[in-house]
Amino acid sequence: MLSKSQARAFFLGGTVVTFSIFIGLTIYSFMPNKDQSNYTKLDKQVVRGKEIWETNNCMGCHTIMGEGGYYAPELTKVIDRRGEGYVKAVLTSPIPWAPNGRKMVAYNMNEKDAQAMIAYLKWVGNIDLNGFDRVVSPLAKANQ
Amino acid sequence: MKYKSQKIAYWFFALAMLLFALQLVYGFIMGFDRIGIQGLHDIIPFNVARAVHTNLLVVWLLTGFMGAAYYIIPEEAQRELISPKLAIVQLVSLAVVGVIAIVGFHFNHWEGRKFLEIPRELDFLVVVNVLLFLGLILGTLFTGKRKTTTALVLSMGLLFAALLYLPGMIWFDSQVMDSFFRWWVVHLWVEGVWELIMGGILSFLLIKLTGVDREVIEKWLYVIIGLTFLSGVLGTGHHYYYIGVNKIWLIVGGIFSALEPLAFLAMALFAINMYRKGEKSHPNKVALFWTIGSSIVSFIGAGILGFAHTLPQANLYTHGTLVTASHGHYAFWGAYAMIVLAMISYAMPNLTGRKRYMMKTGSAAFWLSNIGILGMTAAFGVAGIAQVYMERKMKMEFMTVQNEISIHFVILLLCAAMFTTGIIMFIYDFIKYGRPTDEALVDQKTKAPEFSSKEEVFELN
Repeated sequence: MLSKSQARAFFLGGTVVTFSIFIGLTIYSFMPNKDQSNYTKLDKQVVRGKEIWETNNCMGCHTIMGEGGYYAPELTKVIDRRGEGYVKAVLTSPIPWAPNGRKMVAYNMNEKDAQAMIAYLKWVGNIDLNGFDRVVSPLAKANQ
Repeated sequence: MKYKSQKIAYWFFALAMLLFALQLVYGFIMGFDRIGIQGLHDIIPFNVARAVHTNLLVVWLLTGFMGAAYYIIPEEAQRELISPKLAIVQLVSLAVVGVIAIVGFHFNHWEGRKFLEIPRELDFLVVVNVLLFLGLILGTLFTGKRKTTTALVLSMGLLFAALLYLPGMIWFDSQVMDSFFRWWVVHLWVEGVWELIMGGILSFLLIKLTGVDREVIEKWLYVIIGLTFLSGVLGTGHHYYYIGVNKIWLIVGGIFSALEPLAFLAMALFAINMYRKGEKSHPNKVALFWTIGSSIVSFIGAGILGFAHTLPQANLYTHGTLVTASHGHYAFWGAYAMIVLAMISYAMPNLTGRKRYMMKTGSAAFWLSNIGILGMTAAFGVAGIAQVYMERKMKMEFMTVQNEISIHFVILLLCAAMFTTGIIMFIYDFIKYGRPTDEALVDQKTKAPEFSSKEEVFELN
């Protein structure tokens, strides 16, 4: 029968081994030759777009790469799907955008911020998502 | 209670209940938003309500864990808390940081990262607060008369939870890296170190409520938390399938997250077996309901519902849908909310000296909240599955699908009303009968046995 010290060894040993593998896999995932995100194409405008994305908590309603609020559409490939003009119109609108009656916050962005958001969304749209981008609708329409 | 400083726990439980009640209010705002009633949109848009709802969840659970620790550690270490005054300072500062964060969300002052919306400058205050808390807990534990496994596991969980908060404070230019390390906090908390905290509290409650030998319970505690880390750490990979990192996570995440239910199954079997094994019967049946209930509901919510969409082939379709919300609600409720409510139910009669063990309100609170949340989980689940088929199989537009599934949110709101009724009854009991008193202090030399040889149920209602 298992003793308490054996049980403790199982816990401590398992923890050390799995954490070590986890750290190893994390390093492996971010090796330059494993990059799937076009990291080198990150420029100041994209980073500014990410800042705006976070400052306005867009993820609180939308999803990006499948992560977010499930309340408003997935935006990973929104530029492919809707085009830059549509996205810019939504971001610069002074009144709440309300497709099908569901209201969005009116961000009334200036030209510079709207362009930064578009650059960020374009960058995200080019990430290799291991097939998710071909399945998730309405992203799938861009891939048909 | 055995030590006067255990009374501190009451104030943490009180703050936790206040935040829990507020969390429900914001949940209703979101529910009404989803069926098109958006009267509060200009003041509290959905992203504000969501940030408040999820952050209040995290903060009230952490406050509950802290309260549990302030109750458990002095009893396990067999000494008073090293500084009750600093514990009060810690409580007040925690409440102040929480209020600033929640008010700030209403003025667009946040990080905009799911579950980690608290802005970075407040993160530093959180760190100071948690360091003070850990100092008090670890100081008490290591200067105490004994260091039990239960106390060590609970403290280790709290320490790791604090350490794992740090990766969430780092800024990343890349959305991929941001998401990757955000899960270091969120996943490794809820499917890792928080389970240590849950295991520690569960172990304490089972020792007290069943009378089974501490050595037996603590041995199995090691096995359970061993299984938790063995599956849960590499199981983080199920969040990495489709966020722009290497395909190796599809294999690693798939295998190890499929093993995650084992830890929850072990926890449920452990709790039920210890209950059966216990020869003596503790009169606090409501605490026992919440304790055993927590282990079973966490197995269903976190284990089974998590497994249902954790394999990459299934997750490809369910990722980013309401299926996740279904699993999330039942998992958080079973694993963490119920164990905090179990702890409060156990501690209340001991802190007050009132032998209110099997109250009608307590029992009704348990059943109403549990049936209510089960209905909410089903409503989210049905909406999620319908969303997957319409959106991802039939390629329908997002908002067209949302309108089609809005009826499920009417059901959700009705079930949420039942759930809230149960919680209101729990909080009513807590407010009316929960205030601690020094008269409840048990003299260790003349202490009466905690168990009765035959079942004693005190019907005071």
